Amino acid sequence: MTLRSRILVLASAVVVLTAVALGAVLHASARAERRDHTQAGGPRVAAGRVTLTDPGRLVFRNMAWGPHRDELTSVPATAPGGPRTASGVKCLRFYADSDTGVCLQAVHGPVSDTYRALILDARLHTTAHYDVPGIPSRARVSPSGRFAAWTAFVGGDSYAGTNFSTRTAIVDTATGRLIPSLEQFRIMKDGRAYRSPDVNFWGVTFSADDRTFYATLATKGKTYLIRGDLTTNTVTTLHPNVECPSLSPDGTRIAYKKRVAGLPADAPWRLYVLDLRTMRETPLAEERSVDDQAVWRDAHTIVYALPGDYGADLYRVPADGTGAPQRIGSAAVSPAYLH
Amino acid sequence: MYVADSRASTPSAEGAVRQGLAGRRRHAVAPTVLALGTVSLVTDVSSEMVTAVLPLYLVAGLGLSPLGFGLLDGIYNGFSALVRLAGGHLADRGGGRHKWVAGLGYGISALCKPLLLVAHTLTPIGLILAADRTGKGLRTAPRDALISLSSTPETRGRAFGVHRAMDTAGALFGPLVAFLILRATVDGYDAVFTVSFCVAVAGVLVLVLFVPGGASAPAAPEGPRPTLRAALALLRRRDLRRITICALLLGLATVSDSFVYLLLQRRLGVPDRWFALLPLGTAAAFLLLAVPLGRLADRVGRWRIFLAGHGALLLAYGLLLTSWHGTALPYTVLALHGTFYAATDGVLMAAASDGVPEALRSSGLAVVQTGQALARFACSLLFGAAWTVWGDRTALAASTAALAVCAVFSFTLRPTREHIS
Repeated sequence: MTLRSRILVLASAVVVLTAVALGAVLHASARAERRDHTQAGGPRVAAGRVTLTDPGRLVFRNMAWGPHRDELTSVPATAPGGPRTASGVKCLRFYADSDTGVCLQAVHGPVSDTYRALILDARLHTTAHYDVPGIPSRARVSPSGRFAAWTAFVGGDSYAGTNFSTRTAIVDTATGRLIPSLEQFRIMKDGRAYRSPDVNFWGVTFSADDRTFYATLATKGKTYLIRGDLTTNTVTTLHPNVECPSLSPDGTRIAYKKRVAGLPADAPWRLYVLDLRTMRETPLAEERSVDDQAVWRDAHTIVYALPGDYGADLYRVPADGTGAPQRIGSAAVSPAYLH
Repeated sequence: MYVADSRASTPSAEGAVRQGLAGRRRHAVAPTVLALGTVSLVTDVSSEMVTAVLPLYLVAGLGLSPLGFGLLDGIYNGFSALVRLAGGHLADRGGGRHKWVAGLGYGISALCKPLLLVAHTLTPIGLILAADRTGKGLRTAPRDALISLSSTPETRGRAFGVHRAMDTAGALFGPLVAFLILRATVDGYDAVFTVSFCVAVAGVLVLVLFVPGGASAPAAPEGPRPTLRAALALLRRRDLRRITICALLLGLATVSDSFVYLLLQRRLGVPDRWFALLPLGTAAAFLLLAVPLGRLADRVGRWRIFLAGHGALLLAYGLLLTSWHGTALPYTVLALHGTFYAATDGVLMAAASDGVPEALRSSGLAVVQTGQALARFACSLLFGAAWTVWGDRTALAASTAALAVCAVFSFTLRPTREHIS
């Protein structure tokens, strides 16, 4: 082939490839428009006032297509499938308790997205914000509303990098003191001090005393439930194979996802409840793999998200292993019950 | 391109080419090197696009939990070393099939991109990434062999410098393209993968159309036959053995990049949102210095520059160990880190090329690259363990000492037939 014909071949190939690439980008950007139209048969969403002081309401991130997609919306806890009131505040992950909310959101920068955590007051106004070092994963607020915690995935940056880690931060909303990473806490594992560079924490849940918290610690391919102490900056392992713990309102039980042997690598978890006094594990009636940090609707009921047609749907299941799971709302994630 | 054709299609006639070239523009970079640089630039845009959005895609796009995803990295590192050696060997057989083996590697990586569109769970995605890296392992040695075969020994350092600079430019540009697409769309990961595929195909086409192949070349009668045994026997050559040993020893004391950035962050309290920018500092210095240091290597000796590069790394470690807290610290450390890459990455290949006969060029370069990669992997395991037991500062002090010892040892082992023009 002469140089001329080779250049011609390359030029025509580049024209075709550019057309394909452009088509893909246009197709994907047309999707943006589709998603701004209210989805047929979806939940009704209308703008309104959402506060964190209305007992008996459920607040979550609305994922239904339409102008209020990704906004915090509220519904009556007794009728979670009903019309939604949208707040105008967009969050990827959310949680609230005692008039305090934590909202993890994306900040669209000129070259890439960054993330931040907003501390919200009862009227959803931002009182403080913090940088989040990666893609938001979990968010929690302590029962008193004083402490907030979040977990982010920090991705690998080498060629086709596959090394992911998590970063978990806790902030005292009263003093503004930030613990940027739980990795700076002393670890007591099996009664001895433990150190390893591969330690990861995720999924904080707080007890009512504003001192104790629980979370998952992962090291050497295993996970552990840890109890943390905010005064001594120490964490202690309690129980193996516990991820994304969620403490019951009375502080005696932990709902969590457990990696069960024999399940496919892509869907390895089952929901369990651990009794902290007896360390007895109870499998719940949900038979699908749950990848969420569950919440307690009350002392007897667990609520969690599963993948759905529009992102995720909310389900509930009894906390004692009886009954059957029941879908309570579609196109919703990150639920918080207001008390 | 005609000149490049006739030149590289007869890889056995390097001497004649060299003479012919001396009469021509002695300082021009061979068109083949520019073509390979373009292939690497385009391919790196494509692959870094995917790398940049992958974490976001897994977590936000697919709702997967990517933890433990890197567990197989260790196993894969070993496999990747074998692939690299196999790629080098295959490329040498049949009188130099460098272009086609490299093309196969680029092709495999290109085909992985549309597969990402249909894989929605972790296992297939892991397999696709493994195939992608197999393609990378396969193509590296034959590509470097092509670069060294299509440039004169006197200008090899610069040829590799030009190639590495173009390669790094692609790596810097890729994430930018990916995020522009994500910005213009909603959940536009499919668009990112499709564009990445189109870009990768363009790269393969540039290779096929503009890099001369060795297929039509007369079989190289001189030199050893490119058998596996001959490839292993290369290590009996004193120069290559010394280079491999030095690359291995220095690799054993080269702390992996992520640890360097982590140490820098800990020392300075770099805010998390800037953390992702640290590798860009290294890449920018690498990009700017690859050509000048490659030229310098041609003039004052590759081995000298290679060792000086490790001196820069030593200095960077030293700065991280001091209690200096100036604002210039991150810039200085990253500049030194980038200098290290610019002075060692391509320069090592240029230096190794001198000690390997043409018929075994791919195999020989693959041996050196593999030795270095395995040593660095071993180092990151050792460093991780030392970090656990002693803490970050002591671990770094230990590797600084190790690096200094290895550098001094390498200096005494320097190849005798150093080519200085």
